[in-house]
Amino acid sequence: MIREGVINWAILLGLVALPLWAVFADEIFTITLTTRVVILALAAVGLNIALGIGGMVSFGHAAFFGLGGYAMGILAYHAQTYAALDFGIVEIEGTKSMPVIWLVATAISALAAWLIGLLSLRTTGVYFIMITLAFGQMFYYFAISWGAYGGEDGLSIYVRNGFPGLNTLVPIQFFGLCFVALCVALILQWRLRGSSFGLTLNAARQTPERVETVGLNPMKLKLLAFVISGAITGLAGALFADLNRFVSPAMFSWQLSGELIILIIIGGVGRLMGPVIGAMIFVALEHWLGGLTDFWHVYLGAILLFIVLFSRGGVIGFLTGKEGPHV
Amino acid sequence: MLTLLIIEQVLNGLQFGVMLFLMAAGLTLIFGVMGLINLAHGSLYMVGAFAAAWVAGATGSFLLALIAALAAAAAAGALVEVLVIRRLYKAAHLDQVLATFALILIFSEGTRWIFGSFPLFLDVPSYLSGPITLPGGIAYPLYRLVLIGIGIAVALGLWWLTARTRLGIQIRAGENDREMIAALGVDISRLYTLVFALGAALAGLAGALVGAIQSVQVGMGEPVLILAFVVIVIGGIGSIRGAFVGAMLVGLTDTLGGVFLPELFKLFMESGAATQTGSSLASMSVYILMSIVLIWRPSGLFGVRA
Amino acid sequence: MSEVILATQGLQKSFGALKATDDVSIDLRPGEIHAIIGPNGAGKSTLIAQICGALASDTGRVELLDRDVTALNTEQRARAGLGRTFQISALAMEDSVEDNVRLGAIGAMGSPWNVFRPVSRSADVVARANDALERVGLTGARETRCADLSHGQRRQLEVAVALTLEPKAFVMDEPMAGLGADGSKTMTGFLDGLRDEAPILLVEHDMDAVFALADRISVLVYGKIIATGTVSDIRASDAVRTAYLGENA
Repeated sequence: MIREGVINWAILLGLVALPLWAVFADEIFTITLTTRVVILALAAVGLNIALGIGGMVSFGHAAFFGLGGYAMGILAYHAQTYAALDFGIVEIEGTKSMPVIWLVATAISALAAWLIGLLSLRTTGVYFIMITLAFGQMFYYFAISWGAYGGEDGLSIYVRNGFPGLNTLVPIQFFGLCFVALCVALILQWRLRGSSFGLTLNAARQTPERVETVGLNPMKLKLLAFVISGAITGLAGALFADLNRFVSPAMFSWQLSGELIILIIIGGVGRLMGPVIGAMIFVALEHWLGGLTDFWHVYLGAILLFIVLFSRGGVIGFLTGKEGPHV
Repeated sequence: MLTLLIIEQVLNGLQFGVMLFLMAAGLTLIFGVMGLINLAHGSLYMVGAFAAAWVAGATGSFLLALIAALAAAAAAGALVEVLVIRRLYKAAHLDQVLATFALILIFSEGTRWIFGSFPLFLDVPSYLSGPITLPGGIAYPLYRLVLIGIGIAVALGLWWLTARTRLGIQIRAGENDREMIAALGVDISRLYTLVFALGAALAGLAGALVGAIQSVQVGMGEPVLILAFVVIVIGGIGSIRGAFVGAMLVGLTDTLGGVFLPELFKLFMESGAATQTGSSLASMSVYILMSIVLIWRPSGLFGVRA
Repeated sequence: MSEVILATQGLQKSFGALKATDDVSIDLRPGEIHAIIGPNGAGKSTLIAQICGALASDTGRVELLDRDVTALNTEQRARAGLGRTFQISALAMEDSVEDNVRLGAIGAMGSPWNVFRPVSRSADVVARANDALERVGLTGARETRCADLSHGQRRQLEVAVALTLEPKAFVMDEPMAGLGADGSKTMTGFLDGLRDEAPILLVEHDMDAVFALADRISVLVYGKIIATGTVSDIRASDAVRTAYLGENA
């Protein structure tokens, strides 16, 4: 059995080494693929805080991913068409600046997570799963029917947004940016888990009545976790949109919510690097199996079934020999 | 004119509602008795539709197609229950969600493998097609009226089954106390397979019936599945009565909202913006309905607090 | 200081036709251990849930330090000074013993909102948690995962979490349950000393412990208090004999 710390560093190292190798080997596509891993991992780190520590099985995290994506899409669209966003009272210029877009994406996702959390956390168990799923669908259908920003067809952004001092059109530079964002989120997840908040949240998952008995409100704890979680997933959505230079309602789809959960399950629920190794394996499967057969989802389904039925704890659980938290 | 439109749309809403009920009844029964959330229920709907389209294509008989849909979905349901689902009854909800999500992937891709990516078509038989004139001079498609009739008949049948038969007594007992009914000599795993197959058959029936007015394609089950979830959350998970009321509410809200909300907004907005706002709001209306119900009653209309 | 720390007046709770508690009025005075005894199904657990706010009462009041807390929920009552232990351990089983007491300490400080600073750097939380562990004698097991604890250690940990709250009154649901003779003796000694800090409302089946500890005993039968008094009052009570031993004993 290997210590979790060793595994974590190995995963992180691999994630940097692969695109650096690709730069020298001139394998641009590998860099793009690794960037995709990093962004999906970031989205899953967000979900992992709600799901793995807080025990909230959110089947609607695509809502935040999509909101982040559309925050980027709408701001950049207005910048590239030189038409200000008209809110009736105020007009806001569009922008191609990543820091501004990230701030907006994070803030909007956090706000949406607060509202959705406030309503959804009134329920527990299956009801929570279904109500979050339904909120995700609500955004999905809204995006489809909102013709001003492309409706079903989505929005294309012609040039990737900029970051001061960097040329984001160079794949490895954009990768670096995403990687830093992922590291910041991982540090946050790591510190959060060891903080008073993480300790109480983790207890609220296991024994909410105890948390009440020591004078704390488990629902408020979960709500804050849900907001942090949604904000991180929203940031990932903005980056994902920038990677593809395209946003569409598919970012809101329930399949995406499901895939984010799958990433975490493959990697290991509640584990620091669970989302990262999960995203690596998921993208690798998608790429290699997808290249071998059009029907790769059959194999993904089979692998998933195997993990659920026979191998609790995912990859990290398997490597460390420790099962990890139960959700 | 407006009255005619309203009556017609109410009928459309009812028709949509009863089809949702066929889906939701199985979901809620399976949850109530076995405590399982089954995302793959939409796949069984799809299986029913494909079986019907294939048999109708081969034989030309709509009735045979319906029977095939029932049989194929029930068989697929029973198979999945025996192979996978029964290992999940005691598992956490997260595991159930994932395993049944995996089943969707397998069902969808498997179906694509067999039938290809192009939609199949299932025609309404000639003796059920065409409009019929209702009292008051409203012309309405006969087939849709038949759907409403079938839905109501199934609802009554389910009520009879759960309230009046030996199987129904076992089902209700299974909801409350599985150890006890096992101790009384009921073969619980056979009961579960039976309930699962029954739910699957209802989903398959819905798929076949709806398949005749829409195209039959991979992925057709999931939008309906999610609406069926909304239905049982509104009605209260585990309650068949709740599923019926919820299905009607969702069917009517979705249909009437789609037609009348844009019109409503035209009263005080300019036409383009009104259509935009109205249709956007309409597409979200059932989810808004659900959140209102849950704020008011976190366990749904007919649900029991866990 | 007030003459009565914790009091209930006319508490009642029905589940359908069953009256689980019926007009229960008891009080808890400074420095005492007040034991509630009664046969299984008498309504003891319901009463505790009502006192601690886990279950809403149909009628009646709960007062803590002359303050009406009936309308408060569990967490508010905890902050008002109620320290509860559970009959069936409600501990975070995946976490260490230390994390479980720190949870109590964080609750007592009302400071769960720091998402970035490690708990181990909050000196006051750590000190309070260590202190509680030491008092119940669990310092040696601090790193042990709660799920790996023996049954007796879990009971000790339950009490330790309540200690971190420094409550005005303890409400303990069968702290001796499942303890061996030695464990029971240790716990009895510990609770004996605890009463000077805060009075204890003690629901307990272990009669040796009850008779050794209780200043007063109330007997709950079919949801009603049929007698309240000192140990010797209760031993001598005909009503209690009848309830426990049958009609004409």
